[in-house]
Amino acid sequence: MLAHQPRTPAESLRNFAFRGLMTQAMCLAIALLLTYFGTRALLHNLAYSLAIGTSCWLLIDGGIHLVARFINRGRAPQRRGLGPGWPGLAGLVAIVAVGSFAGYSLGSSLVDLVTGFHSPRLFQSSTSGIVTLLAAVGGTYFFYSRERLHEEQAAADAARALALENQLRLLQSQLEPHMLFNTLANLRVLISLDAERAQAMLDRLIAFLRATLNASRVSLHPLSAEFERLADYLALMEVRMGPRLRVSFELPADLRACAVPPLLLQPLVENAIKHGLEPKVEGGRIAVSARRVGDDLQLAVRDTGIGLGTAPVPLSPPSAHPAAPAGPPLDGGTRYGTAHVRARLEAMFGQRATFTLQAAGDAEGGTLALIVLPCPADTAAP
Amino acid sequence: MTLATPTALIAEDEPLLALGLQAELNKLWPELKIAALAGDGHGAVAQALALRPSVCFFDIRMPGLTGLEAAQALAEDWPDGRDFPLLVFVTAYDQYALQAFEAQAVDYLVKPVEPARLAACTERLKKRLSAAANAAAPEGLDRTLEQLRALLGANPAAAATPQPKLDVIQASAGNLVHMVPIDEVLYFEAADKYLRVVTTEREHLIRLSLRELLPQVDPQKFWQVHRSLVVRASAITTALRDESGKVILTLRGRPEKLTASRLYAHLFKGM
Repeated sequence: MLAHQPRTPAESLRNFAFRGLMTQAMCLAIALLLTYFGTRALLHNLAYSLAIGTSCWLLIDGGIHLVARFINRGRAPQRRGLGPGWPGLAGLVAIVAVGSFAGYSLGSSLVDLVTGFHSPRLFQSSTSGIVTLLAAVGGTYFFYSRERLHEEQAAADAARALALENQLRLLQSQLEPHMLFNTLANLRVLISLDAERAQAMLDRLIAFLRATLNASRVSLHPLSAEFERLADYLALMEVRMGPRLRVSFELPADLRACAVPPLLLQPLVENAIKHGLEPKVEGGRIAVSARRVGDDLQLAVRDTGIGLGTAPVPLSPPSAHPAAPAGPPLDGGTRYGTAHVRARLEAMFGQRATFTLQAAGDAEGGTLALIVLPCPADTAAP
Repeated sequence: MTLATPTALIAEDEPLLALGLQAELNKLWPELKIAALAGDGHGAVAQALALRPSVCFFDIRMPGLTGLEAAQALAEDWPDGRDFPLLVFVTAYDQYALQAFEAQAVDYLVKPVEPARLAACTERLKKRLSAAANAAAPEGLDRTLEQLRALLGANPAAAATPQPKLDVIQASAGNLVHMVPIDEVLYFEAADKYLRVVTTEREHLIRLSLRELLPQVDPQKFWQVHRSLVVRASAITTALRDESGKVILTLRGRPEKLTASRLYAHLFKGM
């Protein structure tokens, strides 16, 4: 949850003042009603209503803040009963009950002291008691709902901003300038050497760019489309790396229609190239495969690159990278890609999808990225 | 090589780009003979040492060694008295590297290489080659060393995010793990995929690269003196500069002598 940025003191003060004003307005309304239906003069009702109402409000408001701060001290934000700044429901009921009783007594005693009048104790007059209690409950409920609404709006705004930022970062990572300019450089050479191949490469690049830009517009697409996009990207890499890269795909016909989030595998394939095969002098192969395991779809990206244990070769000397974090040797630049895959699976499938990244564990070595996600036998992409 | 044919080596892991650069150079500078194409950093260094070209085009991102690491290896292993090749770095997109190159006035090309930019580059190279041929002193290497020093930084890894320093080196031998306090280590030497950890009494092998080690040791205490050698400064008894610019180090508590490369010779000067 991102919504709970702590309020600034100025904001807190503004909110407090608003609650005070609303309370005064409510007291005025109650005084008018009591005057209209009752027997006492307006001034009398106004004095008592304002004194009792303000006392109740100050006691309840203060009580809520103190108790909330005490209760929520060590708790994680998502475990806080009614939200941050609020005690649990039982606590709230107790505070309102005690606050309205004490507020009534305090307010009425204060006015008694000034006017010399003897107002009835709370238990002697059911009308005053009920009015006070109703006003207290109503007021508290009003302030509570108002704050929740405000918080929900803030949370929704934050979620929207986060989604937008994620989209931007995905786009940025997929349109990595290094990849783009190297591809264009190859294309430039190919044009004079083999125009037909150059055209085919350009078509792949166009398809790749279009897919990348469109990926955020649909939430699911068929697995066959996913494999086609990976084929575009890897075809570009095959031109660039020449005989150092060998690519294979395995997609059983009955899985072609399985619905998957678009370009889910792209960061994994990119990592396999960038951190596995590109740094390896002799290159190697990458295999992308899908298979059904019960009601699950298992997607694998396997490379025979340098593996997870070796540090990725930095682009340039670290001294020239003042802003780049060094990171542990294991995971250098792969963290964003894998974190992104994990986040997307979690958002879409919750606990039903898993993602693992491990050493391939056979003689060829390299890395195996494995995704398991639900794909019931009769589902298809829209 | 006063009037000899200029030769070049192209180190580029993407075959089409290597071919492309070769073709463009042929057009712009027909006298330049492309001595070899290398597809990885180690190959580039080996070929350059064997063929001694007048110009080297080094891609920055290559398997094996990066272009900068290859340049460092070349500078350290270059035979004495021979003209050091002119270096041109090539990169697709790396604004940090470009800034560094710009600052050090190192020749570089950005992929895709524009013909006009390449033409300007070859003109500059031609001028410098003829200037070097007319001058008696081989100033080429000194200049390159200075640029490389600046590009690599005195201790490049330390400039990145600070990492916790190692107190104890855990070196395993079979089932046994030796706990070697860092204060007992005299020097580290890279050997293939391992690192030799040398103390007064004995030495251990650990699976770590020098690049991974460097940020984890105190740069005040441990000095890198060669691309494969990091020495405790206080363990050095004498440093003797030879005529080729290398520095021979003797150690407290060890009989062997170590060699600091030209790139790090500037560390050893009288106060």
